[in-house]
Amino acid sequence: MRKNYNLEKRKYVIGGFIVLIALIYLIRLFDLQINDEKYKRSADSNAFLKKTVYPSRGLIYDRNGELVVFNQPAYDVMMIPRDVQPFDTLDFCRTLNITPEEFDKRLSDMKDKRLNPGYSSYTPQRLLAQLSVQDYGRLQEKLYRFPGFFIQKRILRQYKHPVAANVLGNIREVSQTDIDNDDYYSPGDYTGDLGIEKSYEPYLRGIKGVEILIRDARGRIQGRYDDGAHDIEPVSGRDLRLSLDIKLQQYAESLMVGKRGAVVAIEPATGEVLCMVSMPNYDPTLLVGRERGKNYKKLVQDESWPLFDRAIMGAYPPGSTFKPTQGLILLQEGIIDLHTAYPCSHGYISGGLRVGCHAHGSPLPLKPALQTSCNAFFCWGFKAMIDRRSKYGSSAKAFEIWKNHLVSMGYGYRLGVDLPGESRGFLPNAKFYDKFYSEGHWSANTIISVSIGQGEILSTPLQIANLSATIANRGHFITPHVVKEIQDTVMPSFERRAPSIEAHFYNDIAEGMRMAVTGGTCRRAAIPGIEVCGKTGTAQNPHGNDHSAFMGFAPYQDPKIAVAVYVENGGWGATYGVPIGSLVMEKYLTGTIAPERKYMEEQMLNSKIYYAPAKKK
Amino acid sequence: MPLPRRNDPASTFRHLDWATIAIYLVMVLAGMVSIYAACYNFDNASMFADTEFSGKQLRWIGLSLILGLVILLIDARMYDTYAYPIYVGIVILLAITPFIAHDIKGSKSWLSFGPMSLQPAEFAKFATALALAKLFSSYHFVLNAKPSNYVKALAIIFIPILLILLQNETGSALTFLALFLVLYREGMSGLVLFAAIFAVLIFVVAIKFTETTVIGIPTGEFVVMIMIMVVMAAMSVLYSRRAEIGRNLLFWFCGTGIIIYILDLCEINVPGLPALLCIIGIACIYIVIEAIKYHRPKLYIACATAVLSVVFLFSVNMAFDKLQPHQKLRIQVALGIVEDLRNAGYNVNQSKIAIGSGGFFGKGFLNGTQTKLKYVPEQHTDFIFCTIGEEEGFVGATIVTLLFLALILRVLAIGERQPTTFGRVYSYCVASYFIFHFCINIGMVIGLCPVIGIPLPFFSYGGSSLWGFTILLFILLKIDAARKNVLSY
Repeated sequence: MRKNYNLEKRKYVIGGFIVLIALIYLIRLFDLQINDEKYKRSADSNAFLKKTVYPSRGLIYDRNGELVVFNQPAYDVMMIPRDVQPFDTLDFCRTLNITPEEFDKRLSDMKDKRLNPGYSSYTPQRLLAQLSVQDYGRLQEKLYRFPGFFIQKRILRQYKHPVAANVLGNIREVSQTDIDNDDYYSPGDYTGDLGIEKSYEPYLRGIKGVEILIRDARGRIQGRYDDGAHDIEPVSGRDLRLSLDIKLQQYAESLMVGKRGAVVAIEPATGEVLCMVSMPNYDPTLLVGRERGKNYKKLVQDESWPLFDRAIMGAYPPGSTFKPTQGLILLQEGIIDLHTAYPCSHGYISGGLRVGCHAHGSPLPLKPALQTSCNAFFCWGFKAMIDRRSKYGSSAKAFEIWKNHLVSMGYGYRLGVDLPGESRGFLPNAKFYDKFYSEGHWSANTIISVSIGQGEILSTPLQIANLSATIANRGHFITPHVVKEIQDTVMPSFERRAPSIEAHFYNDIAEGMRMAVTGGTCRRAAIPGIEVCGKTGTAQNPHGNDHSAFMGFAPYQDPKIAVAVYVENGGWGATYGVPIGSLVMEKYLTGTIAPERKYMEEQMLNSKIYYAPAKKK
Repeated sequence: MPLPRRNDPASTFRHLDWATIAIYLVMVLAGMVSIYAACYNFDNASMFADTEFSGKQLRWIGLSLILGLVILLIDARMYDTYAYPIYVGIVILLAITPFIAHDIKGSKSWLSFGPMSLQPAEFAKFATALALAKLFSSYHFVLNAKPSNYVKALAIIFIPILLILLQNETGSALTFLALFLVLYREGMSGLVLFAAIFAVLIFVVAIKFTETTVIGIPTGEFVVMIMIMVVMAAMSVLYSRRAEIGRNLLFWFCGTGIIIYILDLCEINVPGLPALLCIIGIACIYIVIEAIKYHRPKLYIACATAVLSVVFLFSVNMAFDKLQPHQKLRIQVALGIVEDLRNAGYNVNQSKIAIGSGGFFGKGFLNGTQTKLKYVPEQHTDFIFCTIGEEEGFVGATIVTLLFLALILRVLAIGERQPTTFGRVYSYCVASYFIFHFCINIGMVIGLCPVIGIPLPFFSYGGSSLWGFTILLFILLKIDAARKNVLSY
């Protein structure tokens, strides 16, 4: 074959090209490796070990400045597997109070990439979490014998008063989801779980600090870098001041012992929650320390649901505590005036339907109806409104107006309390009934039970307390909240809302509630020297005995406290609701209990309600 | 001298290119040691333990040597005879791979054979080389003779590229572009390679230097204009063989440049872009006049290059502005305009730090902090050069670079001594693959090229890559050893 010598010269082009590239690369390597010091410095900084310094978590005080939650140091045993040299394992285990088997298990768990994806033998790994001070002391003395191990200080929570567990919440180790959702967290950090520990987490947690240590080529720690000049100091979390009165909280919890339910007290003028009890409760210290996991599991499995914050999550039929809302709507809509009287023949009887009532005078207008908690009055009123087609066109339209008034009063939607997990309760709308009964096939009588807070209506104890506060304020409320102040931070102002009812109608309702205490269903709520207003509630429910409920406020003029009590299966409102509610108000207003009411306090402290164990499904 | 007609092993080993074998052995063993260092964990087992990547690589190396021996024992004419069937077989394998492969990190290119996983893409290298060599050695084949020859050659190159792209292995697919060097050696106009390189250069420069301005236009555009003028002058000399044309052009460019510079110093604003375009335009007219005067039609190429370059420059700028922000960012990161130390730029930055911290003699075997503390990703595969740079320093990195240079030059030399077109083209294919892998892999590790995930031949961990390159090299050695058996024409 004829060789093309012209083309053969191209071997020099190709050869020259590759020599040129090699030359450029060698120059670049010379520049990187010998000429430029920058990369050596970067390499040094790469060889730093950045050790996290955890900030102190914000403390929590009650409204009177009483310390409630504080920090307690705990100590994690860390190890850098690379640096561990042979040591006396038995001595180590004895010092830490663990068996060699546990030690081996921890070690293999730590190295298991599935359980601990961040495992590297060069970086600090946690061997044991949260040593007690005693174990820490013992280990600290002997630590020099165990190279490769060190102790990392952590912060745990401790409780001065073991109450309000559901409001306060607790802290737990972050989950992978937390880490994914928030750049702040890295594995092993703690975060707030439930309660204000969760909702105020960004304020409480502070900012982590960094301590910079130098490592050699084998990853061994050589000491602090530049004497700590580049370390970042942690910033402590902000302290919180609660609106809760921790003494009142304690007292209310003690009254509720042996019962299930909730007590919520609000300062009407500010919307500040004074106490928020959910029963059964638990000792918040259970969820601290190494036993947390075990205890948490136990609480989750407890069939009385102690972790369920009934005050904001429990959706109950409000029963007769709902009647003031009815009075307000009827007045506002002009269905009744203060003189409109409806008959009550031991109940409401209409179209073959009968809603029972108890013995009292008949016929009667609004205020006495509130005083005696007359079912018939509110059924007649409701019927008059819903079936007034001349005004509203249809029952459905009337019902929507009725519902919108309730929404404006805070029912059916979350009130927006600064706690996680609030329930919105339940408020049906016209569509709900259209679907249930089909359109046009329902009227006031079909759904008459909602007028007395039964049937489909569900509300949280917080919503009931909020109604009480609204009446106390004569026509407006401030979104209830449990935190009063955040250290060094301007507290976001809470919304002031006025329901769609003219304020003066509230005076009439308050008067009716006052009458209920002076000569009606709430006579036991009377506190010597204080004008108390109240409304009982006895809510029928499909789960057994009636729920006992109470809402009220005091004093009648310029109220200082509004309260709602809900006791599951407690029977009449007057049996548990009224005494507990009035005792809480009395304690808050006078600081003590009048001698003639001591018997009632005694009764409440000692009475227990028997709850049948849940049926196994 | 009687011509040996049989495939005689003794003759093969007598004529074997032992220098290449030596380089090969040094490289694979150095590779294994580097892999051990890259994965060294202090509590690790020995280098040869089968739990270690280095131990596994040793097994791959052993199998490679057996494979190499087998290749040397097969009659060299077999590679010529079966070039197309081998190529077709591999193409079919490539085509079905995405359907039967397991999805590994979005790439569907791995086939499992019991305990082994192999990437057919790596074996497509030698098959494509054989097919291309076969095409060029076919009777009366001259690349430039007719356009259909280009179509055939490009088809052989682009079929595997497309099939490998379908497997989401962009890096592997791009390696086949290296075969354009073979086309160049076999007659393709150098202008094609030049145009490609010049286009890349314009693109990079125009996009990279947009922050500052010279006489009112971005530095990048200004530099590209200057480059165009230099190329025009050089081309006009090259194509006319008359130095005075180049001299006149240089005077023109320098003279006008100095005037503009002085005006700029006197703070008289010259509209930079129109001025430069005018200078280039007048130069073009001058070249056209000279072309007519001296009957040098090739001079028009210089004009065309200038015009096309200017058009390309502006279309690049326009196209770049139209891109999505994240697409822009990726290009900018690849070109080093934006330092993105957390994402795309992380690997390269860490790799530069590791190499840079190596110094002259390195930190010593197994003493590298950067690679040991797991700052550099993929350190036993694509970024293996990092470990060498950090632990063996400038000395080690230079030795590895020179080893590759020696290997490539040796393969080129082998190619030029082949009596057959088949042997020569195959050699150039082998050299091209090595050139591409060497340039891109080391270039990306030292931060000169964008990150394209391809291995460093014989060093990176991985059986497919090692076997692919071993087959490639040993077929070359066999063809070379048997060259004396071929009658010279």
